[in-house]
Amino acid sequence: MSSHKDHEHWDLIIRPRANLFDLGLKDIWRYRDLLRLFVKRDFVAQYKQTVLGPVWNIIQPVFTTIMFLLVFGKIANIPTDGIKPTLFYMAGITIWNYFSTCFTTTSTTFVTNAAIFGKVYFPRLVLPLSVVISNIVRFFIQFGLLLIMMVYYQFNGYPIHIGLQWLLIPFLVVLMGGIGLGSGIIISSLTTKYRDFTILVSFGVQLMMYATPIAYPLSYLMGKSYKWVILINPLTPVVEAFRYALFGKGHFEWSSLIYSVLFMIGSLGIGSVIFTKTERSFMDTV
Amino acid sequence: MSDVVIKVEGVSKQYRLGQVGTGTLSHDINRWWYRVRSKEDPYLKVGESNDRTTKGDSEYVWALRDINFEIRKGDVVGIIGRNGAGKSTLLKILSRTTTPTIGNIKLKGRVASLLEVGTGFHPELSGRENIFLNGAILGMTTREIRNKFDEIVDFAGIERYVDTPVKRYSSGMYVRLAFAVAAHLEPDILVLDEVLAVGDAEFQKKCLGKIREVSDNDGRTVLFVSHSMASVRALCNYGVFMDKGRTEGLESVAGAVEKYLYGANQLEALAEYDGSNPTYYANADMTKSVKVNRVQIVDEKGEKSNKFRTTEPFTIRIEWSNLSGVACSPNFQLKSSMGVNVMIASDSPIDWDGNKKKASGTYLSEFTVPGGLLNANDYYLSIALDSHSPRVCFESHVDVMRIVIWDPMDETNLARGMFVGVREDVVLWPALECSFKKTS
Repeated sequence: MSSHKDHEHWDLIIRPRANLFDLGLKDIWRYRDLLRLFVKRDFVAQYKQTVLGPVWNIIQPVFTTIMFLLVFGKIANIPTDGIKPTLFYMAGITIWNYFSTCFTTTSTTFVTNAAIFGKVYFPRLVLPLSVVISNIVRFFIQFGLLLIMMVYYQFNGYPIHIGLQWLLIPFLVVLMGGIGLGSGIIISSLTTKYRDFTILVSFGVQLMMYATPIAYPLSYLMGKSYKWVILINPLTPVVEAFRYALFGKGHFEWSSLIYSVLFMIGSLGIGSVIFTKTERSFMDTV
Repeated sequence: MSDVVIKVEGVSKQYRLGQVGTGTLSHDINRWWYRVRSKEDPYLKVGESNDRTTKGDSEYVWALRDINFEIRKGDVVGIIGRNGAGKSTLLKILSRTTTPTIGNIKLKGRVASLLEVGTGFHPELSGRENIFLNGAILGMTTREIRNKFDEIVDFAGIERYVDTPVKRYSSGMYVRLAFAVAAHLEPDILVLDEVLAVGDAEFQKKCLGKIREVSDNDGRTVLFVSHSMASVRALCNYGVFMDKGRTEGLESVAGAVEKYLYGANQLEALAEYDGSNPTYYANADMTKSVKVNRVQIVDEKGEKSNKFRTTEPFTIRIEWSNLSGVACSPNFQLKSSMGVNVMIASDSPIDWDGNKKKASGTYLSEFTVPGGLLNANDYYLSIALDSHSPRVCFESHVDVMRIVIWDPMDETNLARGMFVGVREDVVLWPALECSFKKTS
């Protein structure tokens, strides 16, 4: 029965199960306009009918910094590696915000977009990708604020160290986004069946922040027995390297950064495989 | 190379009933364990056909079971069936929002599906922004949309509102815009689900016109799910009738429509009644003065049937006996499925007082209901044997037979003409004697 029909060319064959490693990257490229429009939508739609608009992107880190100054600086009296505390906290919050929004938003991809996913096909990975990209825009707004503060403190006795290490920053941003995306899509795939993960994420991210040296420097933990908890956190090297790049101070090793890179590659690899497997039939379970 | 563009091969889809997510872990593990040992999924063996009216034993049902058909380029195929027949599941698989459990579908060319109008519309964005976003979601590139932009706005007729957020649109405008984007997709295969159910009559007509244009001029293939037999009949050249997740495949649209209309009315589909179920005797001692022996409904050729086209006359034949020499007028009554008594008729035009049938014996009375009178509907037939003077009802048989009148929706139905749409609220839809002349 393997007649000539088997040799016919079909553009698309819808099967019960697809090849595990067929991620449809070509499809994503074909839908790049959609990716762009989603990014635009995220940004434009969020601030419609608000008075302050994108200024909200700045207000949030400013107030968090003030809070950190009060709680960790004044009350707990934790040192900041000789960096001006305002800048220290703000740098940490800026890079952390990027990770946490990438992670929490992508982790609900399937559940929040179930309505649209159920009605029309497009490569589902476009959505989490658009989240990561539109958050880069937000990151740069907050980063701009940080630079302004740095220039301000330049005239107040904290000179800016501009050097080759600044080239690390784009790489660190990609790394942070990659880890956020990778772990986010793993969670989002699991969430389609077991909603427990949504609850886990909402407080998990908060706990995670305390396990990352945002409000304290890694050097503060030297010699402490629980230091390993912070060290196995793949975000730790990124945050430390980010501050090192900006201020020339802090704990930075290539070896620990490689650990983060491997973690990103691993989570993105596993994530995209699980994600593409889930997207094919999640409508039945979501 | 054949010009088959869609080939559905043995497609089945299984769903699990009840709460998904609780208690599934054990099934998942079990399933995984079978797969590891490369055995067949144990849950695929179970499952019942999807009849929502009866409570089944199995947790698993087959929403689709072994669907096979092929569609050629340029065909417009209507997929029809009752609620829960599996139409939407099939479309979901075709538009890749879910996967089949077994089987596969092969496709040629770009597929665009419109299972809902306005998918992905963002209420805060303007009409302009949503055209681009929605177009991109449906698979168009920004350049394609830009080229079609004016056409889309024009088709939707919303030029004045194009920079207003769509949340301020009336629901009609919203739908117009959404359909306009989809109508300008230019895919090779267009999958439509009941989208025409919205919008006003003028817009519906415009949509139908657009779909026809797409298939006629551009040779595109259209799959169209609808409950409106009128739209299906007007638009499609093939039909797929689905029932409880199964189908016999592609057939003529008339055949599929007929199955849909007939299949829904299997109950009491008898063209003959033996008079065994009278509801009323006049005589207190239950002795019979008259008796209905047999009722038949026949078509023009005298063949027994209970399904007729609106254009077709049918005849009610009542065989009865006059047992005690009483004056008798047999008569019948038709009641529509909505409970409206539509007509009553007796043979008084030819036998004023029933005295002509006073002699004892058996009689055959016939009444012919002309074609081109009744609208498509189900009608219940009641038979009575009466005397009008003095007024006595000897025997009455209420709602003992069902007559299905269906609309072929083609050129033979003079009363309908080119009108597209179903008017279930109307009892009579006659082809009246009419005239016109140009007066100026």
